[in-house]
This record gives sequence, structure tokens and C-alpha cells, in this order.
Amino acid sequence: MVEHGDIRVVHRGGSKINFREPVLSHDSRLLLCASGECVKVFSSSTEECVHDLQGHTDLVTGVLLNPSNHLQAYSCSADGTVRLWDFTDGILIKVQLHCHHVSVQPLSVSVFSLLMCMCVTLTRLLSSSQGEYIASAKGLHLEVYFFKKQKFSLKEDNKKGAKNTFTCLSCHPKDDCIATGHEDGKIRLWRNFNHKREYTYSTLHWHHSAVSSVRFTPEGTNLLSGGVESVLVQWRYNQETQKDFLPRLGAAITHIAVSPDGELFCTAHSDNKLTVIQSCVKVSAVIQGLVKGESVRTDLMVDPRSKALVLNGKPGHLQFYSLQRDKQLYNLDIVQQEYIHESGLQQFEVVKAAFDTRGNWLATVEERKQKDSTLELNLKLWAYDEQTQSFVLNTTVSGPHEARITAMCFCHTADSQTTMLVSASQDGHFKAWQLESNHYFYEGPFWSCDFVGAYHSLVPECCCFSADGSLLAISFQEVVTVWSPASWELLTTLSQPPGAIRDLCFGRQSCSKYLLGTTAKNLLCCWNLLTCTLEWSTSMDVSLLLSDPLSENMAAFCSHAGCTDLFVFKPSEPRPLFSHKAICSGKVTRAVFAPREEMLESCEESSQWLNRSQLYFLTQYMVNIPLVIDDSVAVTPFYLLLGKHRQQQQEKQDRSFSAERNQLPQGSVAIKELLHTPAHVLPSASFLCSMFVRSLLISEKKSEEEEMESDKEEESECEMEASTMGQGQTAEAQETAAPALTKAQARELRRVKKLDHSWLSSLLDS
Amino acid sequence: MASFKPTKIQVYPKLGEKVTQDTLYWKNYKAPVQIKEFGAVTNIDFSPVAPHNYAVTAFTRIHIYGPFSQEPVKSFTRFKDTAYCGRFRSDGQLLVAGCEDSVVRLFDVSGKVALRMFKGHTKAVRVTDFTSDRYHILTGSDDYTCRLWDIPNSTELTSYQEHTDYIRCGITSKLNRDLFITGSYDHTLKLFDARVNKSVMTMDHGQPVESLLLYPSEGLLVSAGGRYVKVWDLLKGGQPLVSLKNHHKTVTCLCLSSNGQRLLSASLDRHVKVYNTTNYKVVHNFDYAASILSLGLAPDDESIVVGMTNGILSIKHRKSSEETKEISGQQKRRPAYRVFVKGKNYVPKQDDYLVSKPVKQHLAKYDKQLKRFNVSKALDTALETWTRFRKPEITVAVIKELDRRGTLKNALAGRDERGLSQLLNFLVGNLVDPRFAPVLVPATEMILDIYQSVIGQSPVVDVQLQRLQDLLEREIGYQQDLLEVLGMLDTMFTSSLPRKEVPCSGISRPNGLAQGDASLTVL
Repeated sequence: MVEHGDIRVVHRGGSKINFREPVLSHDSRLLLCASGECVKVFSSSTEECVHDLQGHTDLVTGVLLNPSNHLQAYSCSADGTVRLWDFTDGILIKVQLHCHHVSVQPLSVSVFSLLMCMCVTLTRLLSSSQGEYIASAKGLHLEVYFFKKQKFSLKEDNKKGAKNTFTCLSCHPKDDCIATGHEDGKIRLWRNFNHKREYTYSTLHWHHSAVSSVRFTPEGTNLLSGGVESVLVQWRYNQETQKDFLPRLGAAITHIAVSPDGELFCTAHSDNKLTVIQSCVKVSAVIQGLVKGESVRTDLMVDPRSKALVLNGKPGHLQFYSLQRDKQLYNLDIVQQEYIHESGLQQFEVVKAAFDTRGNWLATVEERKQKDSTLELNLKLWAYDEQTQSFVLNTTVSGPHEARITAMCFCHTADSQTTMLVSASQDGHFKAWQLESNHYFYEGPFWSCDFVGAYHSLVPECCCFSADGSLLAISFQEVVTVWSPASWELLTTLSQPPGAIRDLCFGRQSCSKYLLGTTAKNLLCCWNLLTCTLEWSTSMDVSLLLSDPLSENMAAFCSHAGCTDLFVFKPSEPRPLFSHKAICSGKVTRAVFAPREEMLESCEESSQWLNRSQLYFLTQYMVNIPLVIDDSVAVTPFYLLLGKHRQQQQEKQDRSFSAERNQLPQGSVAIKELLHTPAHVLPSASFLCSMFVRSLLISEKKSEEEEMESDKEEESECEMEASTMGQGQTAEAQETAAPALTKAQARELRRVKKLDHSWLSSLLDS
Repeated sequence: MASFKPTKIQVYPKLGEKVTQDTLYWKNYKAPVQIKEFGAVTNIDFSPVAPHNYAVTAFTRIHIYGPFSQEPVKSFTRFKDTAYCGRFRSDGQLLVAGCEDSVVRLFDVSGKVALRMFKGHTKAVRVTDFTSDRYHILTGSDDYTCRLWDIPNSTELTSYQEHTDYIRCGITSKLNRDLFITGSYDHTLKLFDARVNKSVMTMDHGQPVESLLLYPSEGLLVSAGGRYVKVWDLLKGGQPLVSLKNHHKTVTCLCLSSNGQRLLSASLDRHVKVYNTTNYKVVHNFDYAASILSLGLAPDDESIVVGMTNGILSIKHRKSSEETKEISGQQKRRPAYRVFVKGKNYVPKQDDYLVSKPVKQHLAKYDKQLKRFNVSKALDTALETWTRFRKPEITVAVIKELDRRGTLKNALAGRDERGLSQLLNFLVGNLVDPRFAPVLVPATEMILDIYQSVIGQSPVVDVQLQRLQDLLEREIGYQQDLLEVLGMLDTMFTSSLPRKEVPCSGISRPNGLAQGDASLTVL
């Protein structure tokens, strides 16, 4: 009953949620934000994602509540459409095609009595609540467009070369007052601008660098502002000397939103975070997406315990990110120092991290390089604490090496008694660190250096333990050295063919006698460690080589003419298991095999390698394609039951747009609704059950329309049967491969289809 | 919402002194009780019977102290001249003492007047002891003779004239009534047997012998003389086993801990050293104020009594286990803490509604100032006298934190003469410390950059700068010397190490690191 589609690359979340200003619903219970190609609806109290409003085919560039109906919201996108949604139920209501020209990208949308504005290059755009004017700011100009009159422009004089470029603006809801934020940290309140050249402004100054967002509360009594200091400042309107502060919000504030009743504030932060703040200036909820720093300096890793993806997060932190739920689980503070929000300051950065096989130990390296001073390095080892379910700092080694650490890895031995960590550094040494039980000075076990090794004072670049932990391979520029960790004896050196080693990897399971390496001369080499000879080599520019920890497969990403190809192979077999040309544009910088929660049982040869784990990779242009996944599509019996409904409904919906996106197979909207709605929003089980039973009883006494619909369904079902009986090549190629159903089964299936729809839709309507 | 993260103070392990079981054992004594005697305390002897009083011989008196009293329970003052070597008999009833006037006196511990007077020596008697049968007394004198006396008849039994110099120490066997050993300034130890009227064994210590000690098994003999402590195996005919040279002045007395596992030696260099008797390594060390002449250890190591040349008797009592606990308990019962934990142990009842209170973060003063970005004030706080001298790592950590924040220059600038001199004083004290140098060297450079325009205006600052310059010149000299030594060592290692012909010879180790496992502990 299981069938497979092609292996595809799927964008798997991690999109920015701080790209545009979030929107709070009228009752402050829901929070809408643009996230990549969809609009996400969060609950403001539980931080859970309630809906994904999917439909846009490009980046969503703005979300706004419908002023005439507070249960609806508009969203605009770079695909040139504006869509109207019912966001409480997650239903698309209307699509308006505004720009047929693709290059026009609406950057922000402002609505007054269904007026849509699209601006191409304006930085900010806002209309006053009375609808008399629209203000926009660009560069050093603030422009006010009156609907009744003509355009009016206010110019900020720039005599002294002060940095007073406009960064943001907000209109007072009642008074004729526009608040603008500036690059130099000042806030100006403009008044009296409807008469020519008689405008006045007053200045507020607290921020030390650019103000990134200003916002008036709906009543106009307060003005909120935020910037890189990550402090939310609340100014009293007309009493500007009184300020309230909410400090330590974690990262620079990029947007501020206020709920229409003024109860809640929401701030978007530069670390992809939304903070919901009560109006008494108290944080009530934090919604955290995948944090993307400037670069992922630690490799992508999978925590063996939580199966979460681990990478650099906020400065000085490691983030644990759930791949299944597209949600950050927690942040681990590695540096444990106060973060100073100031540009141009050299901060400690986590540059390397490694887990041991069981997830009991985490090793991290942080470094800070100031100009004209020595490099500060810290190696930290964290033990997993069962009680608190998190990592606790065990040992800090300050200055473990004299220069940058190039590679670090744990030994993969099954018995955790003898855990070993090897770090290689640019100072020409590699060190082995081992857990020691006790010492006169320290309580409990701690890590200490066990061995310092070097080879001809060359710089070690990569290190790798064999699967059973009996061998350690370290590459010193062009030479691969193989050591025995038990005796620290140099067993052999491999240096053919010449070329600096870029990546080194041992085979797993049945291929553990092979050692694979990639060289700077575009060669992928495989050495047989039993004979210490080169088994095979092939010429390809491998940018990244990694092995699947659960199988003997290896994946190699080859950058080739601006795009990247993926090859999956076994070291023992000459033919690759799978290859995919041009999997993405640009270079793949990081990748990881993540184990699946449930093993797939695929028989097809080309997709078997994905049975146990999924391959995730990060590309060079992280902003555009943050995280992608290779996935094989499984067709389940559930799909056979419910997939039909979806197709029908899609046809109905396909009035104005075509579903170009390759969506995952899902059930009918109703079922999907039921399954995707969080349990806390659903009515009680007893209520559902009685409804379900009732729907079973009255199934034959339906309204005329439903009868018709079910007839239609029966017809289509018959068609399908005919096609399956006749073994013909119908359009639905996927269904043909399914085993033919017996008559009785088919009848049962039809009945089930009729049933589920009615009771659930009645529930949804209620 | 994250809270303020306080400045991380680097923890540096104390180098040198290791905390071992021995350290814990020998440190578990209270602060010493000091009693002023009339003259140098030459001998301390513990009574073998409970309550283990001890006799302290000092100048012309012998005082007997109880185990916990600071006043003598008994005094023997009937000496014409300086008394020596007051010792108890094994039943604790009798006490014998020598004297400068060559008369040996025997006292009843409960009485006052001497029971017997043994006259016969011609010079000061420095050594007295009872034999194990309790009826004889051994004496050793500056007239080079040692004699045995019979207590009941108060007559001299034998006289041995084998030593050629003063006899300053002697000990009787506890197992055999006829055996005794004497040590003399003629560098020899002699074992005598009362049955044969002459010495049966002679050992050469090499230095004037000051003290003797027999192990409980009496197979081993320990002698102290000069700077040496030597152990002899009597069963192998007086073969020397170990020679210890851990003191830098004459070792004056020896003592064995109650379980026989540790040997204590006291010296004129004001130290008492504790040795492990299996490997004869020093496991602990006590410091005293003056040169030590006598040392006594109560049974079960309950107290250590030390007599010094300046007449001070220092008594350390062992802490009982309750007392050890009490001290920590006392700290907990401080009023401030009591206020702090008020109501913390209240167990909520079933229907109580718990209102959680936000935990208040306690920050150090400099952290509070750093939180408010008052960088100069934070540096001032970190430079306060107590912190500067007692916890320089705090000052260094604050300087490091300021450097990380990029505001070190602001914090260092704008100081008056006093502040600058304080800062320079700290730098002079800690700049060359290898743990602090990476942080302090850039800070020093910054100070010199900031204040170079005002050099020469204040004599106080100029003096400090001069000190700083001298310090750096000295340090540069040391570094050069060390590099030279390193070069020499490298040459020696390369010439002495055989060149391996296996492919492993690629492991090059500069600076003389050993070829094998070079372990590096986390420091």
C-alpha cells in the first residue's frame, strides 16, 4: 500500500518571521506575521502556530487587518497579488491581482476603505486614521500626500552632516502628528504640516543608535520606540519626559505592533523572534523562529537525544531547533556573558561544537579576535543533566590551543566510559581530551588533556574517528595520518594522490574499512585501510562530504558551474545510488543527515537511502533558501481514502489561480482542519463524539445539495474503479499502482467518505 | 527576558599546595594556644596513662599540664639550675629529670619533693629515661658517660664510657628491659645491652645526633642530627635505610603519630614536617614563629605541643567532628542569613495558593555599576584595596570585561594622581603574573598612551612608572635567560634521544617535550 514519488527538495521552514511588522488581531488572541511564502497565525497566549495561510507563490511582504471586518486580513506578496483571508479559520476569501508586472514588489500595504497602495522604493508608508493623508519617508524627505489636496513634502535639513535620515514613522491616530525615527537615534514629532512651510517639530532623544521602529498606541496616549539597544521605550504623548523602559529583550527591535485595543504590544526582533508584551510592560510570550546569524560557523548537527538540529543561534548561543515542528526548542547560552548591543564590538562567537554519540557530552569552542590583540579561545565541555533536561557546564579550558581550532570531533565508541575528544588547531598540534574521574582541586569528573600530537609541524585540517573508535585519521595538509587512540601510535600515513585534504570521512558499517577524502585538486579519494592503498578516486569538485550515521551511505555535494549536484554513494560500490543534478543554485555550505522518527520501508533503489534519515542542507544564500530537505513522498492508504476530496476541492477553488506549488498529500480540508487544529482549540471529545455518532445516524437524510455532491463523488469513484479494473493508464498514475479494491471494500470506502465530510463540516460551520 | 549576566571571574587553581587526606587531617586543628614559659622549652613528654598530662621542661622548672588546661596542674621547681628531659614512667606515676648541676632527680607525680637524687655524673645530665621494667633509670650526660641506676636502692648499676662527646639523646627499648640506645655529638649512635656491659651496635650518623626515635616494632630506629633525619634497620645490624634532608637547619626532635603511619620532625628552621613512613615523602608542613626545640604529640594525635627557643609553648588541639560542623552551622545562623531564609522552610498546606515571588538577583557592586554602564566607577570598585590585594582575579576580570565592552579606555582615562597611582600599583604587582599578563599588558599600554602627556607632573606617579619600568626590564632579562636555558635543553635532548627509524619519527617535539605521552592538566 505504500508508493513513492520522486525525491524532491522541499523548503522546510526556518523562514523569517520578523521580516515585516506582525499584526495583532482585534481581540488580541491571534498574531499574524509574514513568514516566507505564507502568513503564519500564532496564538498570542500559548505561542503555538494555529494556521499557515498558504497560497502566495513568492515572499509575503505585508499583512494588515481588514478595517471593515476584524476577522479578515489582507496580505500582499512579491508575486503581485493581494489576498484576503479569514485568519481565524485559515480560509482564503479573495485574490486580487494587482500587479502583472513581476518586478514591482509591494513593500508595505496600507488600507483605508480598501485602498491599496503599492510602493516600490519607499521605506515606510502610513496613512492617518482619519484618512486625510498618507505619509511616506524616504532618505531625507518626509512626504505627506493629502487625498483632497496635493502632495506636500517636508525636508529634513542636513547641514552639519548629521545622520538624520528617516528610518521609520508613525501617525498619531487622533492628532495631526507624525512621529519619525532617525538614524542618529532621535525621534521627531512633526506637527502643523497642513500649512505650507509652517510645520514645527520637537525632538525626543534616548536611543544611542538608529531608531528602527516607532508606533503610537491606538488611543494615541503613548508612543513606543525601539532600536538596536533592544530596549522598548514607552513615551507619554505630550509628557515626553516620562518614559517607561522594558530592557533586555534579547536582540535588536525591528518592528513594533500594537493590538487594536491597546492591550498587547508585539515586537519583532532581529534574531527572528516575536515578543508579545502586555501593555503594563511585561513580557507574556515569546515566539522564536530559526535564528540565522551572519554565518553558521558551527556545522549543522543533530542532537542525539532530542533529534533537534543544533547550530549557531543568537550571538554566543547554540540553538536547538525542532525539524518536525519548525520551532526553536531552546537556546543554550555558551558564552555566558552580558551581550552588549553595540555595533562594531567584537563579541565571543561559538565557532565549533560537537556531540558525543549518546548526547551526554557537548563540546563547544568560542573565540574572540580583536584587532592587534591575541586570540581568545575557550573550549567548554557540557554534560547532559537528566534532571534539568539540559546541558550543564562541566569544564572550561581557556586557551586550549595557541591558534584557531580547525576541527573537533568526539570518539564514536559505544561504551561511554572512555569518551574522547580530539581537537586540531592551526598551531600545528592536535590534542586529545579525556574525562578524568577526580582531582585534588575539582569535584567530580572533568576533562583534561591526554595527548598532544604533531606531524612534521604541519597544520592539521580535519580529523575523523572511525566508526568503532579504534582509528583516528587526521589530515595534515597533503598527508593523512592514521593514529591509534589507544596507544597514540602513528599507524600509517596516506599521501597519494597529492593535494591538500579538504574533507575526511570514514565509512560506516559494512564499509568501515574505507577512508574517504576530498582534495583541493578536485579529487574524491577512497583508501582501503586494510591494504593502506588507494581503492579508487574520481575527479569531482566536492564541496562537502558527509556520511550517514545510520547507514553506509555517503553524500557528496559537488559545486559545478554555479549550482550544486548531489551524489549519494556507497564507498564499496562504483555506481552512485542516487544523483541529482542542480539541486540548488549556489554552493551548499552545510549539510546533515537527520534520523527519521519512523523508518520508511521503501523498496525503490534510488530512494532507499532516505529510509532511515533525511538529508538537510544549507545553501550559501541563506536569506533566500534557508533550509531545504530531500524527501520522498509516501502514498499511504489514508491518501487513497482522502486524497480524492482534496482534488475535488482544489478544482472548486481553482477559479483564479492555479496551484503551482507541489503540496504534500493531505486529506480533505475538514480532516486536515481537525488534525491541524491544536487540541486546546477543539471542543471537548464528548461533544465531538456525539456529533460524529449523530452524523452516522442521519447520513441518509441529507439535504439535496449534499445528496448531489455525494452522487458526484460516487461517479468519480466509479470512474476510478473502472480505471483500476481495466488497468488502464489514467491520468492519476499514482493510484494505478495501488492494489485493486474489492467491491465490498470500495463500498465501505465510499460510505466513509460520505460520512466524515458532513459531520466535520457541520462542526466547522457551528 | 534574560537577566544581567554577571562578570565571570576566572577560577585559578592554587598552585603548589595540594589538598590530600593528610592536609585535611593535619589542618583539622584549632588555632594554637600559646603559653609563655620562663625559658627555652627543651623537652615535652606525654604521660602514657589517661588523662595524658604532659610534662614541659623549661629553664629551671618542669610544669605538668592537663589535656585542656592552660594553667599547669603541677610544677616541680626544686632545681638548682636548668632542668632537662622530664620524662614519665610507663605507669605515669614517676617522673625523672636531669639537671645542669649533674644531679638526676626522681619525683612522684603527686608529690612535690624529689623522691630520689642520683648523684654521680660530673656534668649536666641531658638525657634521662626509664627502662621498660620500670626499676631502672638511664641517664646520659655531657661528661661523655651514660649510666644505669637502680631506683629502689638509688645506686649506680653500670657506667658506659664509649662515647667521645656529649650525649644529648637516648631512648630505652619498650620491649626489652636491657636494651637502650644513645646518640652523641661524636656523630655515633650506640646500642647498649645491659647484660654485656658494652655497646653491641654502633651506627655513624655523620652529624651530631640531636634526637632518637624507635618505631613501635623496634625494628627501625630514626635519628636526627644536623639537617638530616636517618632511618636505620636494627634487625639488619644497623644498616641505613633512608636519609632525609628536608630541613634547612638542625633537626631538633622527632615524633611518631599515634598510628605509626606518619613521622614528624621539628627543626630550628621553625618548621615541623610530616613524613609518610612508607615512602618517606613530606606530606604536610607546619610553620611556627620561632626555632623549635621540642615536640610532643598526644595519643590519638589529639593535640600537637611544640616548645620553642623563645620560651613559648604552642598547643594545638584537634577539632572534634561536632565542632567542624558547628562552625559551618554558625555561619548559617548569622542574623542576615536568618532574615534571608525567613519563611523558606514553610511547607504549604493543601489548599494554599502559592504566589511565586521573582527571585532577586544579587549582583556584586562592580556588576551593578557595569549594568548601569558606569565603567569608571566599576573599575574604581574593582580597584578597592581589599579586592586589589586579596582577589586580584576580580580586578583582572573587570578589566577584561571592560575591554570586551570596548570601554576600557574610557574607564582608565580621567583619573587623578591618587587613582592613577593606585592603578599603577596594582599593575606593578600583577603585570608579570602569567595568568593575568594577557589582560594587563594591553591595559598598561593603554594607560601609557593616555597619560604620556602628563608624565613628569606628579612625583608619585613618576615613582610608580619607574617601578613599572624596572619590573619590565627585570622580566625581559628573565625571559632571555629562560630562552637560553631552553636552547641548552633542546640541544641536550636532541643529542641524548636515539633517533627512531620507524615512520613515527615524524613526531617532532620542540622544546624538549618528552617523546611519549605529554599530559597536560587543565589549569
